Amino acid sequence: MSGGRLGAVALSVFRESVRDRVFYNLLLFAVLLVGAAVLVGQMTAGQDIKIIKDLGLAATSAFGLFIAVFIGIGLVWKELERHSVYSLLAKPVRRTELVLGKYLGLAFTLLVNVAVMAAVLYVVLACMWWISPENIRASWESPALDPALLVAFLLIYVQLLLVTAIALFFSTFSSPMLSAVLTFGFYVIGHFNADLKHFETVIASAPLVWLTRALYYLLPNLAPFDVTAPVVHGQAVSPGYVAMTIGYGAVYVAFLLAAGAHIFARRDFK
Amino acid sequence: MHAIDTEDLTKDYALGFWRKRPYRALDRLTLAVEPGEVFGLLGPNGSGKTTTLKLLLQLVFPTGGRAEILGRPAGDVSVRRRIGYLPENPYFYDHLTAVELLDYFGRLLGIGAADRAARIPRLLDQVGLGAERRLALRRCSKGMLQRVGLAQALLNEPEVVFLDEPMSGLDPIGRRMVRELILGLRDRGATVFFSSHILSDAEAVCSRVAILAGGRLVASGLLTDLLAFGIKGWEVVVEGADTAAIERVRAMAARVTPIAERRYAVELPSTARPDVVMAEMTAVGASVVSINPLRDTLEDYFMRQVAEHVRERQVRA
Repeated sequence: MSGGRLGAVALSVFRESVRDRVFYNLLLFAVLLVGAAVLVGQMTAGQDIKIIKDLGLAATSAFGLFIAVFIGIGLVWKELERHSVYSLLAKPVRRTELVLGKYLGLAFTLLVNVAVMAAVLYVVLACMWWISPENIRASWESPALDPALLVAFLLIYVQLLLVTAIALFFSTFSSPMLSAVLTFGFYVIGHFNADLKHFETVIASAPLVWLTRALYYLLPNLAPFDVTAPVVHGQAVSPGYVAMTIGYGAVYVAFLLAAGAHIFARRDFK
Repeated sequence: MHAIDTEDLTKDYALGFWRKRPYRALDRLTLAVEPGEVFGLLGPNGSGKTTTLKLLLQLVFPTGGRAEILGRPAGDVSVRRRIGYLPENPYFYDHLTAVELLDYFGRLLGIGAADRAARIPRLLDQVGLGAERRLALRRCSKGMLQRVGLAQALLNEPEVVFLDEPMSGLDPIGRRMVRELILGLRDRGATVFFSSHILSDAEAVCSRVAILAGGRLVASGLLTDLLAFGIKGWEVVVEGADTAAIERVRAMAARVTPIAERRYAVELPSTARPDVVMAEMTAVGASVVSINPLRDTLEDYFMRQVAEHVRERQVRA
C-alpha cells in the first residue's frame, strides 16, 4: 500500500468533485440557513436559536447524505463504465489502493463540506447572538456558540463516512441504480435498526426473532450518530459515548471497505 | 528471458443470465515475444486480441495457463512500472485536461515532479497534441483521445508497450506518427506488442506476427517466414495499345484490367515473361508504363489462414 498512490487517487476524486460543482450545495445551505434565521427570528422568541441549530444539523446531514450516496455509487462504477479503469490499472496501482483512494477522496470532499457548513452555522448563530437582546439570550437552553455543536457535526461526518462506505461497497458489484436504492435502504433501516433488537415483544416465532436479532447485528445502526436533540437542548454528550460511536463507525467502515476491495480485486473488467 | 511469455493461456466467460454457459474467448495461447521486438497480434473482430491484452495486464483473470511479462507474473504490480498500455478506444476523465491526466498518471507511476514537468510537454509534442492539451478531455475528439492515450502509455519510458488498435480513430498523419513512434520505440530497445486488424500497418512495422481466429492461434512467426516473398506474378501497365494487341496479350495473361482509354493493367503469372509483352506492345507503338513484381501480402496470408480456420471449424461442427 503506497501513501503516494492513495493520495493521488484521492486528490483526483476531490478535484472531480470540485469541477463537477459539488460544493455549490454550500451556497444553497447558506441561503437556507440565513433565510430561516430571518424568518424564525420574526416568529419565535427564545426558540429561534434552537430551531436554527436543528435546521443546520439536519441540512448538513441531508446534503451530506446526497453527496455520499450519489458520488459514492459512481466512484467505482464510472471507472468501469467509461473503461478509464483499463489505463489506470495498467499503472502500478493495486485494486485495493484504487478502492481506498476513491473512498479517501470522497471522505475529504465530505470533510470540507461538513466543515464549511459548520462554519456557516456558527457565523449565523453569532449574528443571531449579536442582534438578540439580553433577555432573549438568557432564555436559550444552550449558548449560541455552543462547542457541543462540533460533537454533533463530528458524528454526522462519521455517519456520512459510513454511508459512503455502504455506497462504495454496493458499487463494486452492482449497477448505480441498485446501489443507490440499497444505500438509501440501508440508511433508512439504519435509523430504525434498534427496533429489531426487541422484536420478541411483537412476534412469537422463534426463528423470526432469531433472524431479526441477526439483522440487528448485521445491519448498520445509524441512530447513535444523531445527537442533535441533546446538543440543541444543551444536554451533555459524554466523551465515552462519542468514542464508542466513532469506534463502531470505524469498524463498520473498515469491514465494508475490506469486503468491497475484496470483491473489486477479483472482478474481470471485460 | 522473454519480454512476454504465455503458455496455454485460456479465458472462458460465462454467458447468459440464468443458465450460464461458457464461452471460450481465448484457447490455450502459447506465445513468446523477444525483447526489442515489434510484435503484431492480428485477427478479425472477436478473435481474442483484446482478451489477450487484458489477460497480460490482468484486467481479466485467466481460466487456465500462465502469462509473464519481463520474467514476472502478469499480475505483478512492480512490473507495471516498466510497461505502458494503450487500451482500445481509450477514454479518460472528462474533467481533466491532457496535461492534468498525464500528471495524475505520472504520480501513480512514481515519477518525480521535475521529471513530470519535463516529460509531459515533450510527450504531448511527440504525439502531435498542440493547444488541445489544455482542453478538458470531454471536449476532445476521438483522434485527440487516442493521442492522449499514446502519451500516457509512454509516460514512464516503458520497456514493454502494449498497444490495442493504436491506429484506431487517427487520420493519415496520425497513423504515420504512430508508425514512426513504434519504430522509434524499437530503436531504443523497447518491446512493442500491438493488436490490430489493419494489416498494412502491421506489415509496415512488425518483425513478427501472430494471427488469432476464434480465440485460437492459427499462425505465428517472422513476417519473412510467413509470407512467400517469391514473385507470384507480374503487373505490366501499358498505354496506347489497340484492342487487337490487347487480345493477343490476353492469351498469356491471368487478367487484363482496363484503367483508362487505351491504358491497361496486365497481370501475368510467374511463369510468363514480361519482356514478351513489352515486345508485343513496342511492335504496335504502345508504351509500357511500369512493370511490378506481384508478391504475397500479409493480407493475402491473413485471409487464407482465417478462411482455413473457418473451414476447419465447419468440418468439426
